[in-house]
Amino acid sequence: MTETTQSTAPPYPAAAEKLKFYGLWVGAAIALLLLPKLFSSGGSLTTFSLIGISIIFALSYNILLGQTGMLSFGHAVYYGLGGFLVIHAINIIGTNKLPIPLPLVPLIGGLTGLLFAVLLGWVSTQRSGTAFAMISLGVAELIASSALILRTFFGGEAGISANRTKVFRLFDWSFGPQIQIYYLVAAWTLLAVIAMYALTRTPLGRMCNAVRDNPERVQFVGYDPHVVRYLAFCFSGFFAGIAGALAAINFEIANSAYLGAVQSGTVLFAAYIGGIGFFIGPIVGAIFVTFLSLGLSDLTQVWQLYFGLIFIAVVLFAPGGITGLLMMHRPLLKAGTFGRVLPSYLITFVPTLAMLAGLILATEIIVYYAVHGGDDSHIKAFGIPFDAANRYLWALSAILLVGGYWVARKTWTMVGHAWDEATGGAREKGAIA
Amino acid sequence: MSTAIELRGVEKSFGITSVIRNVNLTVAQGERHALIGPNGAGKSTLFNLISGYMVPSAGSILLRDEVVSGLPPYQINRRGLSRSFQVTNVFANMSVWENLRCAVLWAAGYRYTFWKNIDNLPEVRERTARILSDINLTARRDVPAGLLTYAEQRALEIGITVAGGANVILLDEPTAGMSHAETERAVELIRRLTEGCTLLIVEHDMSVVFGLADRISVLVYGQIIASGTPEEIRGNPKVREAYLGEEAA
Repeated sequence: MTETTQSTAPPYPAAAEKLKFYGLWVGAAIALLLLPKLFSSGGSLTTFSLIGISIIFALSYNILLGQTGMLSFGHAVYYGLGGFLVIHAINIIGTNKLPIPLPLVPLIGGLTGLLFAVLLGWVSTQRSGTAFAMISLGVAELIASSALILRTFFGGEAGISANRTKVFRLFDWSFGPQIQIYYLVAAWTLLAVIAMYALTRTPLGRMCNAVRDNPERVQFVGYDPHVVRYLAFCFSGFFAGIAGALAAINFEIANSAYLGAVQSGTVLFAAYIGGIGFFIGPIVGAIFVTFLSLGLSDLTQVWQLYFGLIFIAVVLFAPGGITGLLMMHRPLLKAGTFGRVLPSYLITFVPTLAMLAGLILATEIIVYYAVHGGDDSHIKAFGIPFDAANRYLWALSAILLVGGYWVARKTWTMVGHAWDEATGGAREKGAIA
Repeated sequence: MSTAIELRGVEKSFGITSVIRNVNLTVAQGERHALIGPNGAGKSTLFNLISGYMVPSAGSILLRDEVVSGLPPYQINRRGLSRSFQVTNVFANMSVWENLRCAVLWAAGYRYTFWKNIDNLPEVRERTARILSDINLTARRDVPAGLLTYAEQRALEIGITVAGGANVILLDEPTAGMSHAETERAVELIRRLTEGCTLLIVEHDMSVVFGLADRISVLVYGQIIASGTPEEIRGNPKVREAYLGEEAA
């Protein structure tokens, strides 16, 4: 290595840094191993399994959106087809007593996703942007409606089911109990996350970023952006197929909902809310969205409405997602100027919360009159019982909403000023470029 | 002397508007050739045609005696031709280091590799580091390209262009919008980085053109009206009338 390289290239990570990096993965593996010891109920194991599946799916989606700049509205196609093929595979393995153990079955889903991405991707990846988005939408509709028409393969409305315990057993694991499924999902999640992380650090992974930033210029450094997009699409399909396979194994059923627009939309939400600009973003988003959809649906009937509002809020005010919001504060913490914004956060918290409370109250009252008009007006939302017909509550919701907004708006400017001051301080200390 | 670039009867029209009209041009290997002409003469269009960004309506373009007109830009780039852009065209969200490394990868033979860690490719690392120090952006290595100053972005633009080791380099107004001091530094940089390469450069600054070029071609209304050494061009009455005269006036 020449002297120039040593003095100008980024230094190789020090031993301590490497240890920290690998320690992180080992730590994650240990955490996954110990999680069921802390939360051992069947419900939480199911939740964890769903989160794992959602993490793989959201990360596979981000290979397209965050890393290569392709907005897909039909990613569930590869997830769903992986799921269907795996249900068929389990049935075939069971009937023919093939020596394929269940832990290897997700690979069948991955290869299915890959195969369909190989077949369907070449045309759609010709262009990025609107053309790609429209084609992905068209393909998704095509496959989703075929799922209802081709009954022999997709099982129509009911879908098809399988018994995962009938598969060839290894080490006497029947995969009947949820804890065994949890470990299966956890192992595949860890493997898939490592593989997708590694992919971002290869020449192809970096050229994906280059295609995202400037497909035109990529052509003038020797790369065909179409091929880069196509390869990214194939990888994305492969991992989506694995996620779909794990979902099918978890539920022992696959139906047309696996392939549908809602599934495609949910993965977009998860990736975007988590933050598409960071590798960890979709992981955060998958955890957040899974908890939210499981938790909110118990608390209110119109949970999807709140879901949509959260999505809009993120797109408008935090385009970097949850991870982006957190990462913004890193230079402040480094420079020690975080203390300058913290008080303004605490102050703004009160009126903003009042505004949101007013919004929720108004929403629930409106939903009551719009949907359940004639029923008993004593309703319950977010665990709090109240009378939707109470005029004082109407007034309260209006006061909270309008008054809260009026006060909150002033505090938001305060946050803005505090933020400028804190980043200015951080810049002085060289924590921001 | 063998030819690097040859244009034979190249025409380009958009609808009924004819932008390039019967252009014949030969650039010898190792030559520094400047293309000058008033605004709207078609200089950038000619660059777009040579680099494959546009396809000529008629005629053919040869790169080292091989027809390249009609090939996509990446194919032409792989045959050893690289170009810069008049309006800075970098990977804005990626660091300076990443920008240069992307430009090195194909030529280093890594293509669409997805089974190797990009940080463990010593020859890529070495070449990227060399270009980085050549364009004097070592101190800005980890800054996203979109946050660089204008002059720095122009330097990066040239860095990306030469990073792949192409031996035919096309530079489209590399010093546009630069101060006098910045221009001098940029010319020095170009001279150094394109050592031994064939250079075709579009430039408005006459001091740059006459200082750098071995030969000059003058493009007016899509036609080459003169081609020759700087002395010949300076003395050419047609050029004085069409171009240099305008500046003096």
